[in-house]
Amino acid sequence: MQHHAEVLGHALHRPNLNWRDLAALALIVAVILAVGAGARQMLEPFAAAQPPEISLAPASLPNYALRTTLRMLLALSASFVFTFTYGTLAAKSRRAEMLLIPLLDVLQSVPVLGYLSFTLVFFVSLAPNRALGAELAAIFGIFTSQAWNMTFSFFQSLRTVPNDLDEASRGFRFSAWQRFWRVQVPFAMPGLIWNTMMSMSGGWFFVVASEAISVGSLNIALPGIGSYVALAIKQQDLTAVGWAILAMTVTIALYDQLLFRPLVAWADKFRYEQTAATVVPRSWLVDLFRHTNSLRAAGESIGAAAHAVASARLSLPSLFRSRGGSTLPPRLIDTAWYGILALAFGGVGFMLVRIGTTGLSSADVLDAVGNGGITLLRVAALIVIATLIWVPLGVAVGLRPRVAEKVQPVMQFLAAFPANLLFPVAVYLIVEFTLSPKIWLSPLMILGTQWYMAFNVIAGATAFPTDFKEAAAAFRIRGWRWWRDVILPGIFPYYVTGAITASGGAWNASIVAEAVSWGPTKLDGSGLGAYIARMTLAGDYARIALGIAVMSVLVVGMNRLVWRPLYAYAERRTRLD
Amino acid sequence: MGGGNSAIIDLRKVSKWFAKQSGEPLTVLHNIDLSINSGEIVGLLGRSGCGKSTLLRIAGGLVRPTSGQVVYRGCPLTEPAQGIAIVFQTFALFPWLTVLDNVEAGLDALGLPRQKARERAQEAIDLIGLDGFQSAFPRELSGGMRQRVGFARAIATQPEVLLMDEPFSALDVLTAETLRTDFLDLWEQQQLSTKAVLIVTHSIEEAVLMCDRLLILSSNPGRIAAEIPVLLGRPRSRLDEEFGDIVDEVYAALTARTIASLGAFKRSHEGWAQPLPLAPVNRMNGLIEIVAAPPFGGRARLETLANSLSLAVNDLFPIAEALHILEFAEIKDGALKLTAAGSVFAHGNTDARKKLLREHLLSFVPITAHICRVLHERKGHRAPRMRFEAELEDHLTRREAERTLRAVTAWGRYAELFAYDDRTRMFSAIAKAG
Repeated sequence: MQHHAEVLGHALHRPNLNWRDLAALALIVAVILAVGAGARQMLEPFAAAQPPEISLAPASLPNYALRTTLRMLLALSASFVFTFTYGTLAAKSRRAEMLLIPLLDVLQSVPVLGYLSFTLVFFVSLAPNRALGAELAAIFGIFTSQAWNMTFSFFQSLRTVPNDLDEASRGFRFSAWQRFWRVQVPFAMPGLIWNTMMSMSGGWFFVVASEAISVGSLNIALPGIGSYVALAIKQQDLTAVGWAILAMTVTIALYDQLLFRPLVAWADKFRYEQTAATVVPRSWLVDLFRHTNSLRAAGESIGAAAHAVASARLSLPSLFRSRGGSTLPPRLIDTAWYGILALAFGGVGFMLVRIGTTGLSSADVLDAVGNGGITLLRVAALIVIATLIWVPLGVAVGLRPRVAEKVQPVMQFLAAFPANLLFPVAVYLIVEFTLSPKIWLSPLMILGTQWYMAFNVIAGATAFPTDFKEAAAAFRIRGWRWWRDVILPGIFPYYVTGAITASGGAWNASIVAEAVSWGPTKLDGSGLGAYIARMTLAGDYARIALGIAVMSVLVVGMNRLVWRPLYAYAERRTRLD
Repeated sequence: MGGGNSAIIDLRKVSKWFAKQSGEPLTVLHNIDLSINSGEIVGLLGRSGCGKSTLLRIAGGLVRPTSGQVVYRGCPLTEPAQGIAIVFQTFALFPWLTVLDNVEAGLDALGLPRQKARERAQEAIDLIGLDGFQSAFPRELSGGMRQRVGFARAIATQPEVLLMDEPFSALDVLTAETLRTDFLDLWEQQQLSTKAVLIVTHSIEEAVLMCDRLLILSSNPGRIAAEIPVLLGRPRSRLDEEFGDIVDEVYAALTARTIASLGAFKRSHEGWAQPLPLAPVNRMNGLIEIVAAPPFGGRARLETLANSLSLAVNDLFPIAEALHILEFAEIKDGALKLTAAGSVFAHGNTDARKKLLREHLLSFVPITAHICRVLHERKGHRAPRMRFEAELEDHLTRREAERTLRAVTAWGRYAELFAYDDRTRMFSAIAKAG
C-alpha cells in the first residue's frame, strides 16, 4: 500500500528544521496528548462502576468533544477491519456471497437507532461494569452505522478490479496477500474513502444519540457532547445547547481538516482513471508533511515498513483462495450449502415466531403497522418538499461553478453535522409557540439528510456537459421544456442517489425526531419512530423488536419498489451507448 | 537472434471450451499444437474473437486449457511461472504506483533483496528509454510511454519467453512504429535475456515486420489454419517486393479462412445462428460507394483499401464480411468485388437502398427472417429481445450473440423490417414493411 516517491538520482535534502517542522511537530504532539488523555479517561470506568456526573459548564465541553471523537475513531477502526474481512470473504467465495451480501443488504435497512436498546443490554450484561458496557454499546452502534456501506463499496470494488490488472498481478506471480494489498485495496480505496465520509455523517448523528439513553430502568449518560445536550434539554438550558452546537462545529471542522482532507488528498493517487485530474484534492496537512523534512523522513520509514508488509509473500489459508478449484463436485457442495442455509434460516424463523406469539397480539402488529403508515406518509411528504426546494436551488447553484465551489464544502459540512443537536432549538420554538407537534416535528426527520439531496443535485448540475448547455442555449430551449428535457434528465441519476440517502436517513431519524422533550414537556408526534422511542423508554423489548421489524420491512420495500427501479431507469436512460 | 531450434515452450493438443446452457460445449480453441523455439519471434494472427488472446494466456499459464497441456522447461505449466513475462494490450499498469514502483512490482515475486530489485528495475528502465520518468505516475504519461513501462516491467524480470498481447494496438501509428523499432533493435542486438517471443497482433504489416513465423488462427473453433514462415533479413522494409508478397499471402490466407467458415454456416441447417459482424450501415454504404467508384471500379484489394482508408484490418474485415454475407460483394483472394446487387445499391437513393437491403436481409440473413416470422405469428406483433438472445446463446458465446443481435437490430431498423424499443427491450413489427 505504500508508495515512496523519492526520485533516484536526486540527492536528499539535508534535514534542517524550519518553521514547518515546528508547526507540524507541535500538531503531532498535541494530537498524541489529546488521544492519550481521552483513552485514559475511557478506561477509568474499569475502576468506577458509575460514569461521572455530566456538567453543563462550557469548560468541560472540549473534554466531552474529545471523548465523543474517540468513540468515532474506535468505531471507524472496527469498521475498516470488518470491511476488509467481510468484503473479501464475500468477494472471494461464491457460497459466502450467497449468504453475506443479502445479509448486508438487510442490515443496511435496519434502523440503527432502533436496536440500540438491545445492544446496550447485551454489552452491559457482557462487560464487567455498566459504564464500560455502555461505552462498548455506543461504539458498536456507531460501527453499525458506518460499516455496511463501506463493506458494500469494498465488495463492489473487489468484484470490478479491472481484468488486465488482475492478469498482470497473476502473471507476475503475486501471492494472494500481495494482490490484496498491492492491487485490490488500492483499487478500492477511492470508493472506500468516499463511503467512509458518508458513513461519518451518520456516525456523528448516532454518537450523539447513543451517549445518553434510558432503557427501562437502565439510565446511561456517557461523558460526551450527546449527554451534555441531553442534560441541557432536561434543565431547559438553551445557552448550553448553543455551546454544544459550537463545540460540535469545531470538532467536525477539526476532524475534517486533520483526518479527512488529508485522507482524500492522499487517496487521490489511487484513482483508476488514467487521465490527469482537472481538480486535484489538496490538504494543507498533506502539503505540510510533504514539505517538512523531518516528517517526510518519518513518513518514508513508515512507508518502507508498510511496503515490506505488503510485499511479503504470505499465503492465506485456502478459504481465501480464488473461486472454484475444489475436488468435490460443485453441485454436491452447493446442495449441502443450500441445506445448511435453509436449516439455519428455518431455525431463526421458528425462534422469532415463538418469541412473537408469546408476547404480542395481532392488535400490536396492527398498531405498529398503522404507526408505520404515518411515518411513511411523513417521509414521502418530506422527500417531495425537499425535492421542490433543493432541485431548483441545487441546479441554480450547480450551473454557476464559482458559486458551487464555495457552497459544496458548506453542504458537506452541514450533512456531517448531527442534526439532533439542533432539535432542542426547534422543540423550544414549538413549545414556545404551541405549534402542533404532529406537523412541526416532521421536518426534524429530514433536517440532517436533506443536504445529501442538495449536494448531489449540485454535483449533477456541475457535471452537466457543457455542450448540452450550449446546445440548449443555441436552440433557445427555455422554461418548462428546458427543465423537462434538458436539466432534469441530466441530474436525475444524481438526484436519485441523494434522495435514497435522504429517505433512508429520515427513517432512522424518526426514532429521535418523532418523540422529543424539553424539560418536563413531552412532545409526541406519533408514528413508528415515536412508537419505538416509547417502547425503548418502557423497556418493552418485544414491541421494540416489532417496531424495528416493521420499519425494516418498510425501508426495504421502499428501496425495492421505488428507489431501485428509479435508479435502474436513471442509469438506462442517461447512457449514450 | 541465432540460437538452436529447440522448443522452449510447447503447447500439446491444447483445447479450450466452455459449457453452454443447452449442454453442448462451445469450443474456442481446438487441438492446437504449437512450439516456440529458441531465437524466434512467432506471430499469432486471426480475426477478433478467434481465441488468439486466450491462446497466449494459456501459453502464459494465466488460463488453464480444458484439455491438452503446456510444457515449459520440461514440466507441465499450470500457473504463471518464473521466466515467462507478459506485455498487455491495455498496459495493465498499477495507476497508484510510480513508474519505478510498477517495474519493481513485477520483481516482487522473485524475492530479490530490495537493493538488487531496485538495480534490476533501474537497468530495465534505462534500456527501454524511460530514464527520468521514474517518479512519474502512469496517468502523467502518454500511451507510448505507458507501454514502455509495460515493456520495462516485463524485461526487468529477465524472462526467457516474452508474451505480447497486441502490445502496439492501443497506440497511434507513429508511436507504435517507434516502440516496435526500439524493441526490434534490442532483440537484434541481443540485449535481452529473452530467447523467444510470442506476439498476438491484428496488424498484418506489423506481423511481417517482426516475426520469423506467422500462425493464422481460424475461428469457430480456433485452429491453426496456416503457417507462414517469414524468411526475410532484418531490418525489414515495407517497400521490398518480397515483403509485399508475404503480406498478400497473409491477406489471402486470412480471407480464405473467413470465406470457408461463412460458407460452412450457410450450408449447415442452423444457418440462422450464424454469428454476424457488427458493421454499421453507414460504413457499409460508404465502403460500397468507395469500391464502386474509380479508381477501384467494383473491385479492390483489401490491403489497398485498408491503407487508403487508414482502417485497421480489424475494422475493415467486419464491414467486408457483412457485405459478403449480404451478397452485395464477394471476398476472394484478398480482394473485395461488388456483385451486381452491390453495384445497384451503390447507385441507388436511400429508398432503393433500404428496399434492396430488406430483400437481401430476408434472403441471406436467416435470423432476420426468423425475427420477422416470430413477430408476424405473435399476438400484438411484438417479441422480447431476450427470446432471441436465449436462442442465439444456445449456439454462440454470449458476446457473439449480443453482437449478432445488435448487428441485426441495426440493419433491420435501417431496412424498416421491424422496430425495436430499447426501453422495453421489445421488437415489434412495422405495419408497412414488405
